[in-house]
Amino acid sequence: MTQLTKEQVKHHATLAWLAITDDEAEAYVTELSGIVDFVKELQEADTDGVEPMTHPLQVFNVLRKDVPTDILDREEMLKSVKQHEDGQIKVPTIL
Amino acid sequence: MTNFETIVGLEVHVELKTDTKIMSPAPAHFGAEPNMNIHVTDLAYPGVLPTLNERAVEFGMKASMALNCEVASVMNFDRKHYFYPDNPKAYQISQDKRPVGQNGWVEIEVDGKKKKIRIERIHLEEDAGKLTHTDEGHSLVDLNRQGTPLIEIVTEADVRSPEEAYAFLEKLKAIIQYTGVSDVRMEEGSLRCDANISIRPFGQEEFGTKTELKNLNSFNFVRRGIAYEVERQEKVLLSGGTIQQETRRYEEATGATSLMRVKGSAKDYRFINDPDLPEIHIDQAWMDRVRAEIPELPDARKERYINEFDLPEYDAKVLTLTKVMADFFEATVAAGADAKLASNWLMGEVSAYLNAEQKEFSETALTPDGLASMVKLIADGTISSKIAKKVFKELIEKGGNAADIVKEQGLVQISDEGTLRTIVTETLDANEQSIEDYKNGKDRAVGFLVGQIMKATKGQANPPLVNKILLEEIAKR
Amino acid sequence: MTLLTKTATELQSLLHNREVSVKELTEESLSRIAKVDGDVHAFLSTNEDQALATAQQLDNQPLEGRGPLFGLPIGIKDNIVTKGIVTTCASKMLENFVPVYDATVVEHINAAGMVTMGKLNMDEFAMGSTTERSAFQTTHNPWNLDHVPGGSSGGSAAAVAAGEVAFALGSDTGGSVRQPAAFCGVVGMKPTYGRVSRSGLVAFASSLDQVGPITRTVEDNALLLNAIAGLDHRDSSTSPQAVPDFRAALTGDIKGLKIGVPAEYLGAGVSEEAKAAVLEALKVLESLGAEWEEVSLPNSKYASQAYYVISSSEASSNLARFDGIRYGYSAEGAKSLEELYTRSRSEGFGEEVKRRILLGMYSLGADHHEDLYMKSLKVRTLVAQDFAKLFEKYDVIIGPSTATTAYKIGELIHDPLTLYANDILTVPINLAGIPAISVPCGFSNGLPLGLQIIGKHYDEATVYKVAHAYEQATDFHTQKPALWEVK
Repeated sequence: MTQLTKEQVKHHATLAWLAITDDEAEAYVTELSGIVDFVKELQEADTDGVEPMTHPLQVFNVLRKDVPTDILDREEMLKSVKQHEDGQIKVPTIL
Repeated sequence: MTNFETIVGLEVHVELKTDTKIMSPAPAHFGAEPNMNIHVTDLAYPGVLPTLNERAVEFGMKASMALNCEVASVMNFDRKHYFYPDNPKAYQISQDKRPVGQNGWVEIEVDGKKKKIRIERIHLEEDAGKLTHTDEGHSLVDLNRQGTPLIEIVTEADVRSPEEAYAFLEKLKAIIQYTGVSDVRMEEGSLRCDANISIRPFGQEEFGTKTELKNLNSFNFVRRGIAYEVERQEKVLLSGGTIQQETRRYEEATGATSLMRVKGSAKDYRFINDPDLPEIHIDQAWMDRVRAEIPELPDARKERYINEFDLPEYDAKVLTLTKVMADFFEATVAAGADAKLASNWLMGEVSAYLNAEQKEFSETALTPDGLASMVKLIADGTISSKIAKKVFKELIEKGGNAADIVKEQGLVQISDEGTLRTIVTETLDANEQSIEDYKNGKDRAVGFLVGQIMKATKGQANPPLVNKILLEEIAKR
Repeated sequence: MTLLTKTATELQSLLHNREVSVKELTEESLSRIAKVDGDVHAFLSTNEDQALATAQQLDNQPLEGRGPLFGLPIGIKDNIVTKGIVTTCASKMLENFVPVYDATVVEHINAAGMVTMGKLNMDEFAMGSTTERSAFQTTHNPWNLDHVPGGSSGGSAAAVAAGEVAFALGSDTGGSVRQPAAFCGVVGMKPTYGRVSRSGLVAFASSLDQVGPITRTVEDNALLLNAIAGLDHRDSSTSPQAVPDFRAALTGDIKGLKIGVPAEYLGAGVSEEAKAAVLEALKVLESLGAEWEEVSLPNSKYASQAYYVISSSEASSNLARFDGIRYGYSAEGAKSLEELYTRSRSEGFGEEVKRRILLGMYSLGADHHEDLYMKSLKVRTLVAQDFAKLFEKYDVIIGPSTATTAYKIGELIHDPLTLYANDILTVPINLAGIPAISVPCGFSNGLPLGLQIIGKHYDEATVYKVAHAYEQATDFHTQKPALWEVK
């Protein structure tokens, strides 16, 4: 039985910018430990010499010609931005 | 005398000169108003997908070939994850395991010694947007640059001195610029360089702990920054300290380096093969087609200039530093100019003019035909070097042909002995005191007399002939 | 009213003879929504005015040049972006998000002259199989309102089953079109990966996602797939393979068809009634001249595990862009960038989404990148090879679409593992990138069961042919939930 630690769960949550409380972390520990146990059954599969499948279909060399099109209107873009200034997107200080 | 060996590896980012971004069809141009060159893909809106720019791929191939790399037969794009406001998807599309180029090299020459700096890899990737930090405690995001195609060139730790780093960058810049894939202008950010620096006692095989140096905004700063950092590391080690793995910043004002951040454990970017972008398979035919577009590169040209035009190595090197210069030179020679004279003018007056005026060749009126027409007039004695300077000014500012300028402005050199002798006689008649002075041993008097003659002829007198006739006439008196 | 029980072809003929107008069809759809959606909760938003305006415009268009779907009402799963119309992915994260562009499939249905009635409920970011994971509402199964409609395209399947629209678009990452179609007694197709553009489909797991049509009949389904399929320069993973006329494949002739039935699909965990329904269906197909044999998909036992690792890994990557900066939920009063990131994401995402992101982060992290992520990609190869081997000998592979009928609302929600294990029937198809359809094949306790027909890459035509032949030989598709009569 894989037992994830609360620290591990919190570590991954931090990397994903998710704040979780101690109680939540506790719950995730149980759930994720179960899921990790489940997915670890994969180890039984014999994959010696098997190539990883990253794309489901054999499609290659899909290329776009270097011609500008479809410029996004700045005002249109700014409509969904909460804070902006002089056409730029405003974000709080970076610590 | 130092007991340590300098070990430097360079990471150079070069912005590719495509019309659109690498993963979206927004324009990829320098200097637009903020957030005007954007596409829905650049904003990372839900549901958008990247589309790979064919030219960016070919530029990556071209640069790889020009830098003697093996070009990948199969490559793909990976997602490199990190959160930052200038990185809208929170991943950068880059190449991890299968970059476009690997195992290349660049030959440099320092103090007459030639050496190869090996290139570990060249990969294609997206540039990030631009963040401006304000005083009021926030930052502004401009996504115009987001998605501009880059190649990152990573060298092996083969560089052994600041001078080698400088020579490498100069050569790299020349080669890339020849291929036409980038403007390689550090001042515009189309070439950026970070240096990984360590030192080790001579004879030791193991590398020392390295620091990463950033904010190197010119080749000179690279040279000075490395020199400073090497010295700093030596002092630390000699005083019994240890080098920390850290990122340091070069301070232009002081020439020193300062701590930016200490590097913790290696950053985990959680690379995945980007499912949105199918693999790229590069066959021989494609490779051949791209290779055929690469012009003769600076080293080859340099050799050819030495052999074909009999130029000194120095001239050949300077003329081949940029492709514009080399092309201009060759076109001038092809238009009938003497190679050495053309070289002298290009390295001298032409370069001085471009520097002083901060201009490119294309921003002047000078053409290879124009320069050749002038060089020919100098070679056959039609004009003196002095007059040539006047003609040159005319050619570079207004254009045209030297012969026409000379004719229009009556600048033809006076080489007719009879005409000159008359002028010399008149000048001597008017300056008897100078003749006296000369005879009393004041050689400078001749200079004065020549000056007077030149003044009388508006500088058009053939100088060697004037000298000869003048001495003959003085002797007669 | 009976208009919406008719097929597209029948409605087209009515439109052509001016016996009915697009406006009337639209009004009927709106009135059905008004009547039943208070119980079913399939729609997250409707746009009556725009739908009627579009209908008016369409009625003014000449009869010539109208396609087979002209004027017909459709609902769109809310993870498919619609320009100017709020697209939420059933998440607080995108509660007020107004896209600035249309998904390619939306452009296609607009070009086909279809009338968009509104956006359909789903599990948040398509993560779930009940629609209970919607941040806004739980959709109810029209056959029994105490039961879930399945998911994640639960709103799409329920809206069609309840007669609110005759057509819907869903998306299928691990069964999200087929499973709700089965639970709701309608027809749902997951096309070959690359057949339909993903441009504008909000990504859950990019290497698995496909948009798929949900309809009441196989013919309608084929028509809708024809309308939305094809190469798209905005999606580099779309295939250049020509899209055939799928309706032309609906010949009813399946003589000599070779069917493989994986033992694993009739094994442990699959309910007796589901097994029985499939075996009955095979008899029907035999009577139509097909032959079937039991076969094996030996690596399917690892498919669910590989699916969870791959889909969660890709999801953790795809959902990283929701940072509160450019669009979407943005935490109020954040004083630092870190606070903005953390609070926007923590407050904007629901529990299941966070769980998957965490699993993805865990699988992609340096410690487990090899033994979980890379291993899963290799297992994916094995799963795909299993199918490839079978398709050397068989034309289609058949099994149940789901192990059971629809669960009771709230029944299994606290046991994610049980839900996950149930996916084994559907996720291998997404891993392999092949097409599969679910068609109604029976009922158990008044709840529908679905038959899953799986085809070769790009061979939706054969899948449709078999599904159609079966449908025409049975009457499950003609049955309607009691809700139709009561209201």
